[in-house]
Amino acid sequence: MSHKFQYLLRLGDNCLVLSQQLAAWCGHGPALEEDLALTNVALDLLGQARLWLSYAGEVEGRGRDEDALAFGRDGLDFRNLLLVEQPNGHYGNTVARQFLFDAWHRQLLAGLCESSDPRIAEIAQKAVKEVRYHVERSAGLMIALGNGTALSHARMQDAVNMLWPYTNEWFDSDAIDAQCASAGVAPAASSLAAAWRADVETVLGRAGLTTPTYTGHQRGGKLGVHSEHLGRLLTALQFMQRAYPGAQW
Amino acid sequence: MSAAFVAQARPLASRETILAWLGEVMDPEVPVVSVIDLGIVRDVRWQDEAGRASRVPSLLVIVTPTYSGCPATEVIAESIRSVLHAHGIDEVEVRTLLSPAWTTDWMTPAAREALRAYGIAPPVLRATGADNAQVIDITALTLRLSRVAVPCPRCASRKTRLLSQFGSTACKALYQCNDCLEPFDYFKPH
Repeated sequence: MSHKFQYLLRLGDNCLVLSQQLAAWCGHGPALEEDLALTNVALDLLGQARLWLSYAGEVEGRGRDEDALAFGRDGLDFRNLLLVEQPNGHYGNTVARQFLFDAWHRQLLAGLCESSDPRIAEIAQKAVKEVRYHVERSAGLMIALGNGTALSHARMQDAVNMLWPYTNEWFDSDAIDAQCASAGVAPAASSLAAAWRADVETVLGRAGLTTPTYTGHQRGGKLGVHSEHLGRLLTALQFMQRAYPGAQW
Repeated sequence: MSAAFVAQARPLASRETILAWLGEVMDPEVPVVSVIDLGIVRDVRWQDEAGRASRVPSLLVIVTPTYSGCPATEVIAESIRSVLHAHGIDEVEVRTLLSPAWTTDWMTPAAREALRAYGIAPPVLRATGADNAQVIDITALTLRLSRVAVPCPRCASRKTRLLSQFGSTACKALYQCNDCLEPFDYFKPH
């Protein structure tokens, strides 16, 4: 399997899995505005997942389209980061997960806008505009909740501490990242670390939250080694196509 | 009589005529602006018949989606086909182009006025340019929404406030006027 195919799966699966997680809030948000916002962000991410997975299918060249890749792969074949499959938890967990991801996603997409692969560049140019708005919102919520009540502050700090071990995997460079970086297809994974860290420290600082110093990081999602949460998520995501293969609206 | 002869007997509609027809296709979510006003239709052209199996002339319509996940995209493509069919063009290919990415800067002045009259505040800022540079200070990013005064589309007051960063569709945010107290949609610069 080509490096580019694997890399595109990573891009598409991050968006698909996070979109599915956010969609679970539909009708359950803490306020109507938050409900609307999460489902709209989910919609943007789903649109991005479709663009990445469609292209992945073309690059693979085995006739698999976006639906075959989304609904027909087992957990071991998913290449999303461990962060995005972590449970929604309470609203603070969802917000913290979103902010940590958005801040990275924006840096990644800005780099992908310069990709030597014109298709990747044009998808990134489309997506980065949406993600800029996502991070604007999630950073604003971090600041509001961090400076809210003693309870909201404590919950946000707990959420950040709990998710922190999952925020280094995306800077690890493996053979697939290295190959894509050397071909100019994608920015080097490690090259995004300084800018991400600066953004996160700025926002956590304004939120009155402490940036964790924990360094025992979890990794494996990019190679298909997932936490127990992904399987349950895929059960809901894939049920219809597994039970009724090829079913259409 | 061959099909080719029949096709040639009727002159092909001009680009201007076709664009005028597409001016009848309204955005399904915002039914006062057309796909031309919004800048969703990027180009129309008759396809070269060379190499085509059918000799019936085919019209290519190039469109660009507003947001990656916008559910209106497929409805718009279908509406474009049906308007063109109604004008006698049987062979229509609607092709999606992602680059350059759609921006509200392409919206015509007439479209902005139509939005305002309909009760949706048009984008205040230009989406491209210094305010939305690729590399942007995240601190400024989190302050950007509160910096911008969005005039109320009903009473034109500039004393308005953001209620929700997302409104009834992905392309809109929800605001409220502090003077007339009416809530309203704001078409976000994108």
